[in-house]
Amino acid sequence: MNEKDTNRVTAKLIRDFTRGHLTRREMLQKAVTAGISAAAVTSLASVSARRSYAQDATPAPDPSAGNTIVVPQGLRTDLSGQSIRAVLADSTSADGPFLEAALAKFGEATGITVEFIRGETSATDRLQAYRQEWAAESADTDVFQIDVIWPGVVAEHAIDLSESLAELATQQLEALIANNTIDGALVGMPWFTDAGLFYYRTDLLEKYALPVPATWAELATSAQTIQDGERAASPNFAGFLWQGNVYEGLTCNGLEWQVSNGGGNIVEPDGTVSVNNEQAIASFDRARTWVNTISPEGVTTYQEPDCQTIWVAGNAAFCRQWPGMYSASQDSDAIAGKVAVAPLPMGGGDGARNAATLGGWQMMVSRYSEKQDAALEFVKYMCSPEVQRSFMLERSHAATVPALYEDAEVQEASPFFASLGPVFQGGAVARPSSVTGALYPEVSSIYFTELNQVLTGSKSGADAAAAMESQITELIEGDDL
Amino acid sequence: MSKEVVSSPLAQRKERTAKVTDVPHSSWAKARERLAWILVAPSLLVVFIVALYPLAQSFHLSFTNQSLASNDAWRYVGFAQFEYLFDNEAFRRAIRNTVVFTVSSVVIETILGMAIALIINSNFQGRGMVRTAILIPWAIPTVVSSRLWEYMYQDNYGVINDLLVNRLPQLVDWIPGIGSSLASIFPAENIAFIARPSTALPAIVAVDVWKTTPFMALLLLAGLQIIPGDIYEASTVDGANKWQQFWQMTLPMLRPALLVALIFRTLDAFRVFDVVFVMKGVSVDTITLAIYARNALVDGDRLGRTSAVSVFIFACIGLLVFVYTRLVRVEEV
Repeated sequence: MNEKDTNRVTAKLIRDFTRGHLTRREMLQKAVTAGISAAAVTSLASVSARRSYAQDATPAPDPSAGNTIVVPQGLRTDLSGQSIRAVLADSTSADGPFLEAALAKFGEATGITVEFIRGETSATDRLQAYRQEWAAESADTDVFQIDVIWPGVVAEHAIDLSESLAELATQQLEALIANNTIDGALVGMPWFTDAGLFYYRTDLLEKYALPVPATWAELATSAQTIQDGERAASPNFAGFLWQGNVYEGLTCNGLEWQVSNGGGNIVEPDGTVSVNNEQAIASFDRARTWVNTISPEGVTTYQEPDCQTIWVAGNAAFCRQWPGMYSASQDSDAIAGKVAVAPLPMGGGDGARNAATLGGWQMMVSRYSEKQDAALEFVKYMCSPEVQRSFMLERSHAATVPALYEDAEVQEASPFFASLGPVFQGGAVARPSSVTGALYPEVSSIYFTELNQVLTGSKSGADAAAAMESQITELIEGDDL
Repeated sequence: MSKEVVSSPLAQRKERTAKVTDVPHSSWAKARERLAWILVAPSLLVVFIVALYPLAQSFHLSFTNQSLASNDAWRYVGFAQFEYLFDNEAFRRAIRNTVVFTVSSVVIETILGMAIALIINSNFQGRGMVRTAILIPWAIPTVVSSRLWEYMYQDNYGVINDLLVNRLPQLVDWIPGIGSSLASIFPAENIAFIARPSTALPAIVAVDVWKTTPFMALLLLAGLQIIPGDIYEASTVDGANKWQQFWQMTLPMLRPALLVALIFRTLDAFRVFDVVFVMKGVSVDTITLAIYARNALVDGDRLGRTSAVSVFIFACIGLLVFVYTRLVRVEEV
């Protein structure tokens, strides 16, 4: 082989390799069989090193990000030239390329420039940072991404969207609009959402010839059957996983238990406390019976990551989790293709129903912003069905516009989204953060502290419910200490 | 006789000081005094800014109903915050847990620390290596080591359960004769150490002991090393055994170092936050005073109540220091 041929072959190998047609190992093997000199192979190796380095250091900019976005009709163009700042994601979010593309399209359509800011990863820290900015009545940031439990806290710093974005509001999930309405003012526009889901292993249900559990009682027997069968092979196999630690996640789980049993909403929209009733107590006591039977004893210390670790290792039959675990399940060698989701089971008695606690993020326009019109147009654009649809297709963020779950392309893209529709429409339930406002963190803290004591066997369901009621009532009726 | 030896240099010093102060207010003395104040002023200022002012502010806040984020009007509420706290079940649990944590961790750490200090004070090969190595637990940031221990205690995949339930019984089963009865001592099922209300606090105390014993050992080792070796030789000649040497010589001479170590550890343990918060969060099974204060501030946004908790912690620590210093003085007399 002469030098010219060598160069040609080398160039082709490098090209194939950098385009991802060849692995590093294949490339080097081919180079050797082609009789390329040691020096050339070394240079090839250095190319391959550079490529893998590039892969590790920065995710390759995806030129296709945002190309499914259709710009909604009717955006104002008379605000051209203005520029606003918006907090849209946390510092670790991988949504960056999509968001940049979405902002660029918005800029083309309206002439408004949007600067994209990342916020703190921890929601608690993020709220603290926002609060500092609002306390100073700063006009630096125009649009804020807010958590589903914050509307009551942020209300005094937000403008009312109920008139300016009325049409968009009617397209959104009703439970979320209610959640974002404080004293008649719509303080946040839903952007994407989360809800408690029931994950199950299709292969195990098939193996034991069981249906997808529709009630908690059915769940308990199925979980026990599968757990008994699987423990022979894996001694730590768990029937049912959920989040029982002393934290906000337990409030989400507990709310699902009591609402699905017709036991009330912890605090009703009119401000009455509804935890100390027979159906709620029964739902707490039922959860207690799961601990150390169908759920591991340690479930009272589990948060989402603990459940996910056990789940993706294939060591559980059922799990209550947020939508995010679906992609992690598909990435796992142990359970990929064997996982499906359904609405969480329901309880018995009067008012029993499916219940899924809502999570997710909204957008709010700051009262202190000096460019509120441009900010409103931006919220209208980002929360529109069109952009939500792309966000769902490209980034798997569940939309807050129910009609999108009927969309043929969305259903085709992922059967997962098709199964989410019923969850949101049939059972979405919001935590009582709007009615309790700034007191919500303490209400939730009382609730999960008492509930955890039921789960560990320190208190009976009835005692805990009575304690919750008296403490929450005392808190709301206001000691002002 | 020994009293005289001790007191005479002291008396001399007193005379000297008296002479200096007896000197009529010369301009030289005044200038010297002024210079002293100027030199001390920055330190006093720093102490005032970083210690006294916040302390006074905490006392002040604890009698109000101020909140952190909102600028709403606030008012003085007298002792209402303290009344609320002592009526509150979680706060009483916090006091109990904090006392249990402090007493048990400090006692165990002191005994183990003493044993380790005595061992590494003796001469053996690789002593320097061992001295460095025992400091590793102390050098790991608490949040990291707490998380590690949390994983090890985990009931589903934790290594401690794996050892107790699977490995160790198999290991001892091999011992002929008593093997199978020895194996039956181990638990048959995984134990959720952190989840069980009865084992949570002991499990966390164990982590604190693992982490802080090296510190205790190091302080005591420093005390051991200033004890002259010849008195041991002398007492051996007089026929004292090792046990008598420890109780009658080592321990009394170690007392100053021991008291310093105890004060450090007790105050630290009384304010414990990180290890408990990382492993068990805000659960009432293990809530401590510092975690209670954190809840009042972060969840409740209640600056007044948080300050009241801080004032209570301050008062308890003040009392402990008073008791310890009294103990020291009693020993000196």
